[in-house]
Amino acid sequence: MTLEISELCAGYGRKQILKDVSVSTVHGGEFVGLIGPNASGKSTLFKSIAGAVKSTGGTITLDGRDLRHASRGQRSKVVAYMPQSYGCNAVLTVFECVLLALKQTTGWRVKDSDLQQVSSVLQALGLSHLADRGISKLSGGQAQMVSVAQTLVREPRLVLLDEPTSALDLHHQLSILSTIRSFMQDKHMIVVAALHDLNLAAQFCDRLVLIKEGEVLADGKPADVLSLNAIDDTYRVRTSLERTSRDTLYVDARLSA
Amino acid sequence: MSLSTDKVVGTDHPEGDGQVSAVPNNSGSTLAQMGYRRQLKHRYLILLGVTLLLFASFIFDVANGPGNFPLSVVFETLLDPQAHGIKLEVIIWDYRLPIAIIAVLVGAILALAGAQMQTVLNNPLAEPFTLGVSSAASFGAALAIVVGWSIVPNLGPLLVTFNAFVFALMTCIFILVATRIKGVGTETMILFGIAIFFAFNAALAMMQYMASEDELARIVFWMMGSLSRASWEKISLGAILLCFALPYSFYRTWQLTALRMGDDTAISLGIDVARLRVEMLIVISLLAATAVAFVGTVGFVGLVGPHIARLIVGEDQRFFIPLSALVGALTLSLTSIISKMITPGIIYPIGIITALIGVPVFISLILSTRKERLS
Repeated sequence: MTLEISELCAGYGRKQILKDVSVSTVHGGEFVGLIGPNASGKSTLFKSIAGAVKSTGGTITLDGRDLRHASRGQRSKVVAYMPQSYGCNAVLTVFECVLLALKQTTGWRVKDSDLQQVSSVLQALGLSHLADRGISKLSGGQAQMVSVAQTLVREPRLVLLDEPTSALDLHHQLSILSTIRSFMQDKHMIVVAALHDLNLAAQFCDRLVLIKEGEVLADGKPADVLSLNAIDDTYRVRTSLERTSRDTLYVDARLSA
Repeated sequence: MSLSTDKVVGTDHPEGDGQVSAVPNNSGSTLAQMGYRRQLKHRYLILLGVTLLLFASFIFDVANGPGNFPLSVVFETLLDPQAHGIKLEVIIWDYRLPIAIIAVLVGAILALAGAQMQTVLNNPLAEPFTLGVSSAASFGAALAIVVGWSIVPNLGPLLVTFNAFVFALMTCIFILVATRIKGVGTETMILFGIAIFFAFNAALAMMQYMASEDELARIVFWMMGSLSRASWEKISLGAILLCFALPYSFYRTWQLTALRMGDDTAISLGIDVARLRVEMLIVISLLAATAVAFVGTVGFVGLVGPHIARLIVGEDQRFFIPLSALVGALTLSLTSIISKMITPGIIYPIGIITALIGVPVFISLILSTRKERLS
């Protein structure tokens, strides 16, 4: 399984956000972190891949097929996108919310296998105890985990997660990314996640793509990308990359003088 | 390496978390499934219970009236129209039965339109009349009564009904067109509706000012809403519409349920939100315009049906849609019975009764549910 993005252009109306974005081939079982400051075009890139924003040029190739020419239905079967906004005031339980995500790509009738699939994902994300709870009664972090469950339950080939840990505490940040990584390796999926925490990105991602003002500035292994001066320039901070005794990367960041 | 650095990255290494697994253990997942299955069974029982209640209410509505005929006589006449003579045949088949059926049909149509509108606009306060449909229909009816004008001439007794339908539909089409304008969200659509409501109310006031005493009385009576305008033709049209709208809503049930999670989530699930909204608004337009044209303004049912359904079964549209329609039908059927029982021999306009009796019941239901949730 491969994903290739080449010279992708997209925007809203006349405002162009993505300018010739290219990402070198991503393989199945690879976790790609999309990093960059606010309003750099990360969400627009996700929406373009998912088909929520119409791209104006370039190609998005998944397994040799250009997604830009795929129908909405075909695309939603292979690509699952978790948006930044989550939670709602609907009178639905957590189980129903995850089930409805699954039922968008399977038949109308609910089968035992559907229920099994929903239960499995809830259990994997540690949400089983919330299955009967109303979605509107959840905390922000819990609602975000349900949103992740809605994405994973469809078992797509490409998973796009827009800031999946923004509302989570430290424990849940680590556990949810760990689960996503395990899921990804087990199902041989491709995961692309927008992350603001560079330490999480360093810890969980196989590759990082640095994006600023709709352009890709760097694309490579975390150790290579995070050691670039471009990180300091992009985030307007001073960083130093260290390797811990457990052989993980740590980004120490301070405000620029 | 500093101590603090080591702590930040070292304490919660994902491999050491141990609380999640890639391939879930299914043995522990049955509790969630069992809970869901129990919930489904409960909901099917509720649907069955409300259907039986509706059937009982319908029979009581047919049996109830100034004639005070025994239930057995009413049943026999229903099965064999000529069993007890022409008088009873006319009372039951030409008068009571059409009223009882139109109450059920219009109640279901209004509640279904309300349920869909609340889903499509992502606003539990929406109902067909939120978008000014009823005031447009009232104006259309008043125009026919006062000026005798209609888009299609020589309609005879159907003039008022037809005008009400056309104006209600035109309003819906206007809102539909407005939704196609880029950047128009659900809040803007509701604001459009409020603007339309005030515009047609002003035009209606103008019609009332111009009307003679007799015409004014007819306008006021039309606006109060009445089931006595029932006819077999209207029943056939309403039934056909419902037979089209209900299956269509079921066909879109998973997409509609997802729509309640917000546009972003729905889009991320691969739903063409704009197209779905337009399709459903067309269905809602037909439902609302038909109901108003048939019985006049009955504003409460489109709000109460979906609300009660939501309180009981939540918003899984597989249950929310049919229960909303059933509760709407039951509400209007019970109202029909009450309208005949207040003063024997007099049938009060249905629009008055739904508001007078339904609103206190509705408020007490909401308060009791809130109390239950808080305790």
